[in-house]
Amino acid sequence: MTGADGGTACDTWPLLLGVRHHGPGSARAVRAALDAARPAAVLIEGPPEADALIPLAAGPGLRPPVALLAHAVDEPGRSAFWPFAEFSPEWVAIRWALEQGVPARFFDLPATHTLAWEDGEPPAWEDGEPPASGPGVADDRQGPGLGPASDGDRMRVDPLAVLAEAAGHDDPERWWEDVVEHRGPGARDPFAPFAAVAEAMGALRERYGAGGRRRDLVREAHMRLRLREARKEFGSALAVVCGAWHVPALREKTTVTADRALLKGLPKVKTDLTWVPWTHRRLARAGGYGAGIDSPGWYGHLFRAPDRPVERWLTKVAGLLREEDRIVSSAHVIEAVRLAETLAALRGRPLPGLAETTDAVRAVLCDGSDVPLALVHDRLVVGDVLGEVPESAPAVPLQRDLARRQRSLRLKPEAQERELELDLRGETDAGRSRLLHRLRLLGVGWGEPARSRGSTGTFRETWLLRWEPELSVRVAEAGVWGTTVHAAARAKAEADATAARALADVTALAEQCLLAGLPDALPVVMRVLADRAALDTDVGHLAQALPALVRSLRYGDVRGTDTGALAEVAAGLAERVFVGLPPACAALDADAADEMRGHVDDVHTAVGLLTETLAGTATGGADGASGEEAGGRDQAGAEGDGGRHEDGRDHGDGGGGREQGGGWAERDGRVHDGRSRGGGLRERWRAVLRVLSSRDTAPGVIRGRAVRLLLDEGALRPEEAARLMGLALSPGTPPAAAAAWIEGFAGGGGGLLLVHDERLLGLLDTWLTGVPAESFTDVLPLLRRTFAAYEPGVRRTLGELVRRGPGEGPGGAAARGAGIPGFAAEPDTARADAVLPVLRLLLGLDADRDTAHATPKVTPHGRTPDDKRDGKQDRKQDGKRDGKQDDKRDGEQDDKRDGEQDDHRTGGRAGTSGATHGGADDHYGLTGVGT
Amino acid sequence: MTVSVRPTTAETDRAQNAQALRPHAEHAFAAELAALAAHDDRPRPARWKLSPWAVATYLLGGTLPDGTVITPKYVGPRRLVEVAVTTLATDRALLLLGVPGTAKTWVSEHLAAAVSGDSTLLVQGTAGTPEEAIRYGWNYARLLAHGPSRDALVPSPVMRAMAEGMTARVEELTRIPADVQDTLITILSEKTLPVPELGEEVQAVRGFNLIATANDRDRGVNDLSSALRRRFNTVVLPLPESADAEVDIVTRRVEQLGRSLDLPAAPDGIEEIRRVVTVFRELRDGVTADGRTKLKSPSGTLSTAEAISVVTNGLALAAHFGDGVLRPGDVAAGILGAVVRDPAADRVVWREYLETVVREREGWTDFYRACREVSA
Repeated sequence: MTGADGGTACDTWPLLLGVRHHGPGSARAVRAALDAARPAAVLIEGPPEADALIPLAAGPGLRPPVALLAHAVDEPGRSAFWPFAEFSPEWVAIRWALEQGVPARFFDLPATHTLAWEDGEPPAWEDGEPPASGPGVADDRQGPGLGPASDGDRMRVDPLAVLAEAAGHDDPERWWEDVVEHRGPGARDPFAPFAAVAEAMGALRERYGAGGRRRDLVREAHMRLRLREARKEFGSALAVVCGAWHVPALREKTTVTADRALLKGLPKVKTDLTWVPWTHRRLARAGGYGAGIDSPGWYGHLFRAPDRPVERWLTKVAGLLREEDRIVSSAHVIEAVRLAETLAALRGRPLPGLAETTDAVRAVLCDGSDVPLALVHDRLVVGDVLGEVPESAPAVPLQRDLARRQRSLRLKPEAQERELELDLRGETDAGRSRLLHRLRLLGVGWGEPARSRGSTGTFRETWLLRWEPELSVRVAEAGVWGTTVHAAARAKAEADATAARALADVTALAEQCLLAGLPDALPVVMRVLADRAALDTDVGHLAQALPALVRSLRYGDVRGTDTGALAEVAAGLAERVFVGLPPACAALDADAADEMRGHVDDVHTAVGLLTETLAGTATGGADGASGEEAGGRDQAGAEGDGGRHEDGRDHGDGGGGREQGGGWAERDGRVHDGRSRGGGLRERWRAVLRVLSSRDTAPGVIRGRAVRLLLDEGALRPEEAARLMGLALSPGTPPAAAAAWIEGFAGGGGGLLLVHDERLLGLLDTWLTGVPAESFTDVLPLLRRTFAAYEPGVRRTLGELVRRGPGEGPGGAAARGAGIPGFAAEPDTARADAVLPVLRLLLGLDADRDTAHATPKVTPHGRTPDDKRDGKQDRKQDGKRDGKQDDKRDGEQDDKRDGEQDDHRTGGRAGTSGATHGGADDHYGLTGVGT
Repeated sequence: MTVSVRPTTAETDRAQNAQALRPHAEHAFAAELAALAAHDDRPRPARWKLSPWAVATYLLGGTLPDGTVITPKYVGPRRLVEVAVTTLATDRALLLLGVPGTAKTWVSEHLAAAVSGDSTLLVQGTAGTPEEAIRYGWNYARLLAHGPSRDALVPSPVMRAMAEGMTARVEELTRIPADVQDTLITILSEKTLPVPELGEEVQAVRGFNLIATANDRDRGVNDLSSALRRRFNTVVLPLPESADAEVDIVTRRVEQLGRSLDLPAAPDGIEEIRRVVTVFRELRDGVTADGRTKLKSPSGTLSTAEAISVVTNGLALAAHFGDGVLRPGDVAAGILGAVVRDPAADRVVWREYLETVVREREGWTDFYRACREVSA
């Protein structure tokens, strides 16, 4: 059984097989040498704790590429990977031992020390392989030497480079390939290549010692000790597979005591080891946890191909290109092979390597183009191979936790893509949503959020689910963050928050935390957010951050998470925006102004939401019996105090608003008195808008926008708006600025809004008719400039509307009454009430609960629930009628018809403004959600 | 007809080469070729004047054991030259692709000179290139007097290359109409050229090969049919990778051109050359060399070849009208001409570049003034 019996056995035991990690040539040579020597046991470079895992490699369930993952039990972030590919000499040795029934042992420094050694190092250093280190003969980029070895010794020699240089080659990688990898096992003597390499390494070690790597000395001491133990256990007929760099050290004669002394006092940490699936991409250098090989696919091919590797490779490439619909004939392949071989001859290489075949593929199969070549590199040179690990392998804790959660939530990983609709009001669905969000946070993209088709309610979520095998690697990778999905996601969120650059990133993260149900990560995120917000002076950033934050608040609401801290930060952020916005609006060019207008709109929406949210929680507290949001919300009570506290003041505010806006302010009814500090926020925002609207240095587009927002809010009387408009459009203003004002005022809809909002048109019309005849020609270019940009259809409709005259439109009667076209003087509550039953039905409210709260939701113009549709129809009708029937109507109006149309018109407008003002729209939607 | 006078031009060419405005590569670098041949002990493919290694060395430059310095003819990735030479050695035709001014013709000429010792077997591709230019034509006087015979046949450069086992060159392959291009298919795949009028054929002897150049950027090109395309190995010649490489190329070429035009050598040229190359690269890439400022790119290609001609032009100006030193004013007009191809759009680009980049740059004041002067 032992080598001594075999005739061809090597002469010296132990048989030291110095290899290049992940070298296919080495792998083949190792197999040949083992076959020839037939040792009694095999020692392999790797953590000894994994000995128990070796037998798993015999089963069909374990398919390389796989990696040994070691992680500290108490601190899963501390981990190391030892990847094995099919063509790794170590893997070949393991397989050989299992097939022959020979014991195999790992004999490197235990992972318990390796991991403990790493203090202060990045958590998963895996193979932080320095770029210069060649194929890693000595450099244990691969697990065994890997982690520990690579730290701090950037200065160490690259033994291969030295050898290659001595041989007159400039590229060490290629030299090693030519000399070792591309030579099959020596036909005559399977041990010859190893002897040669060992000799060369011996010479190098003599010259450079440990190459500046103290860790190596310790590891080698441990290897020697284990070698001695093994000799006692199995006799002297041992084979050792390790990086070639270590071979001379293992030959060295040292005393046990000296070796023990080196190993004394090594730090320790409790570790767990397991197999995890690996991929070729990850083996490749580009892949982060790379094993430092550029071309695992090519190596795998070299290892597998029984003969004629170049011909087989190029045929494979041709097959791939054909699949991608590129015309590649056999003649092409023939020519490519010829070119590759001649190139190799020209370059003085024994066989075409990857460089030659790639050049040949480019010149012959790809017409000199790099585009298809990139495909070849991606699919073949690197390759899509994914390893497999049997169920019986000990799983990464995170993986185990995930599996548990998947079971309890009845959410099975499936390779097929499918859509999942979640109703977050249900416990299971909420749990699923949290799990998916957490996984997303961890970079495990099992589910992608998709747009819901039917409902837009925020209590619905749609996900596209697809489990790709690659994701198990991601899970293993994410294992560094924690042992449970929850803990890992939390740790990741906290780390991300600290590392985030932009303020908006942090707010987005806060949003994610809420979605993922990670309230415990929020304090850190919030702290970072507060810090960032305090330091960030760019109003743009702040304004960008606010909407996400406010959204988070709403979501938090929906899901019943505590958002108290969030509300604080949001309010603080809003204040900062208020302070910073007016100065930030000075001296902007057109593009910047447009961007800023976007910010103003966003902030406006956000403030609206924020007010709602704060108000909602406050009411819940103050009026605990009825608030639809109050039901069981923790924070409602907490917020309640604040709400009550400020109630008084806000009453006053509300009253002021009404006073100012006259009957008009009724629109504000839904913000209604009695709301908390939210109301104050809104007031301050209006003040900011007022400042903006009258500040000459602010660009026209923003001034116009501010006026418009104020007008919509009812915070600005129409007369005042008209005055501002006249001011902005007066002949003294440069036409460009005036046009921008109109643009900001009328909104970017290309004038469509003017068509449908009679109020705005009326304002404009009033201003225009007020322009004295002599200055009219001065204004003309401006008007032309503004209106010429509108669509012809819009222009025509506008013309029709104007011709009809503002006071004589279908809404004329009502308009005259209220002083504002299109609005009734008083809300018709009787008609508004008619909507309630249907609304109740839609929102699924209990009949007895809703009455108090449904009312504020209805706008003063509330109509039957189908008013939106009606409005649309009406608009259509309007257009048609405008075009066709106009001439029939000569000023005289049919009263009945007028009344009817008035209804329609109002409804139509309510619909329009809802759709146009993002704020208002969200309002409706979210109010619905709250229930 | 043009075809019939061709052989004579080729012959007289060689005789008159000493006075030629631009000597052929095999004459200009005869000494280097001879030295390479003397030291070349590697196997040579049939009828090759040099081994593939020596050809690669000839193009990429190097030093021979006896100290003879071989100047680099092509400054660029070694890989490309190796693939090109290897292609010729495997009797596959070689297609050099690239935007204008990437030394396609230059490389093809030197390859032919090194491989066959003769770079004159050339077919210039134009929209009007007839089939006769690639196959064979007739001496009509003889044809009428004696009927079809070998004597009445006027062989094309390709036909001669086939008969003699030489390297033929086709310039601007994609400019040739598609039906004429396709006559190459038989030649490249069967390596034979039938002459049905005589019931004969000309079979290519070993050593025959063909180098074609084509430009993949221009408009109005006739794309190669896939049948023809697959007879070629394609090598794409890139624009120079770094500014230093480009300065190197420009300097080298300007020196050679200056010598053949008897321009006095300019002592301080390198600074202006660097400037020209910088301007060209920045405008071509659409970003300044320090990566800080984005620029608009003009419509022209601004290739290295154009940079070379700007500098040569400037040298001539300096030599004949200036003090013999290359000054900003000498290159300014040339640069303007190269950059502003479209009088409206490019002029704006150029003005922007001048005002935003050139004016601010330290040590470029003279250049800025000179450019302002010619632009005004």
